[in-house]
Amino acid sequence: MSCTASGVADALRAAAAVVAEHRVELIELDRAIGDGDHGENMNRGFTAIVSALDTAVPETPGAVLKLAATTLISKVGGAAGPLYGTAFLRASTAVGSELDTAAVVAGLRAALEGVQARGKAVEGDKTMVDALIPAVAAAEQAAGTEGADIAAVLSAAADAAAKGAESTVDLVARKGRASYLGERSAGHLDPGARSTALLLGSFARAAR
Amino acid sequence: MTVGLVLVSHSGKLAEGLAEVAEQMAPDVLIVPAGGLPEGTIGTDYDRVVAAVQRADRGDGVVLLYDLGSAQMTAELAVESLPDPEAAVVADAPFVEGTVAAAVAAQGGASRADVLAAAAAAGAPDLAAPTATRGADVDRVELVLHNEVGLHARPAAVMARALVGVEADVSVALGEQEADAHSVLALMSLGARKGDRIEVRARGAQATQALDVVRKLVEENFGEA
Repeated sequence: MSCTASGVADALRAAAAVVAEHRVELIELDRAIGDGDHGENMNRGFTAIVSALDTAVPETPGAVLKLAATTLISKVGGAAGPLYGTAFLRASTAVGSELDTAAVVAGLRAALEGVQARGKAVEGDKTMVDALIPAVAAAEQAAGTEGADIAAVLSAAADAAAKGAESTVDLVARKGRASYLGERSAGHLDPGARSTALLLGSFARAAR
Repeated sequence: MTVGLVLVSHSGKLAEGLAEVAEQMAPDVLIVPAGGLPEGTIGTDYDRVVAAVQRADRGDGVVLLYDLGSAQMTAELAVESLPDPEAAVVADAPFVEGTVAAAVAAQGGASRADVLAAAAAAGAPDLAAPTATRGADVDRVELVLHNEVGLHARPAAVMARALVGVEADVSVALGEQEADAHSVLALMSLGARKGDRIEVRARGAQATQALDVVRKLVEENFGEA
């Protein structure tokens, strides 16, 4: 079973709704250890994606993801703009025109590699990477299971991302604005890891 | 033609102010500030950075400098997305010192690689004078500074720039201190003021010319009115 361009567009619309719903939560998480703009920035970016999709949905899954990437890069700002922009851009190249379970896994892995190349963060730095690394591993494992479809792969990724995001609470930030706080960054959920988990959760629900 | 510079900052004022400082020392270098968001708030704007890089490129390439954190990511992403990503490069350098060093190098006609190296070296300036200018057989001349600001930023830049392409190791000594005359930051670190007597030392194929160049600059008060 594969997913069409309009399926990817629907997933992005679902993500936009989730980001809007959690805008205040992300703002508050970011206010605790960052500059408090993450919810606003993500909401602005995903609202712009929906507007772009309302105008025209590109023909392939890869092209839809690329539209999302360029929109996020232009509209989100902060660190999240270049990071999510790079993630979607790398994913768009990895998935190409045919989106099956293997392509979903390839896209997630490419997104992780892009984020790490851009932000230089490793596991345990208290960043979105702490949600993405377990998500990619879980997606790879799920894709290897007999009869797994895209929904199963994305659900496994989303669950692992949610756990990974929760694990950032105890961590001391070593990258990003929160790292300026040192030890005081511990005890807070990382807003970037949280938004990554939210996005993957919305993709998984859209795929069902 | 010279290498162009793009200053990527969270603040429009910071980028513009820094461009203003650097332009003083490098009047022929195109320095394009790309700071702040379109609505005038704090942040880095990808589209603005891409446009600035395209404007700054007059054929010899562009070096980007950034202030903090996400500005680096925006700068790197902008470079990667250029039609020719080889046309520009992001310098890992302190924003102010790196920009000044890069601007002075570009003004002297340095290649993009050398402008980049000048910016990076500003992070940990090698303030030591070249060892080639030590010893008894070095050419030297004593000069008294009569210009108002001494070896401050602009005169230091004028001197370093004038020595680009002259085949000689040159240093400037003030008392016990000696600085590399090819480095603006090293010259400034001497703190030589109006009325100070400096000794200029040179060794190399064009040592005599190098001393003449510096003597002329000092005698003409570095072009100060």
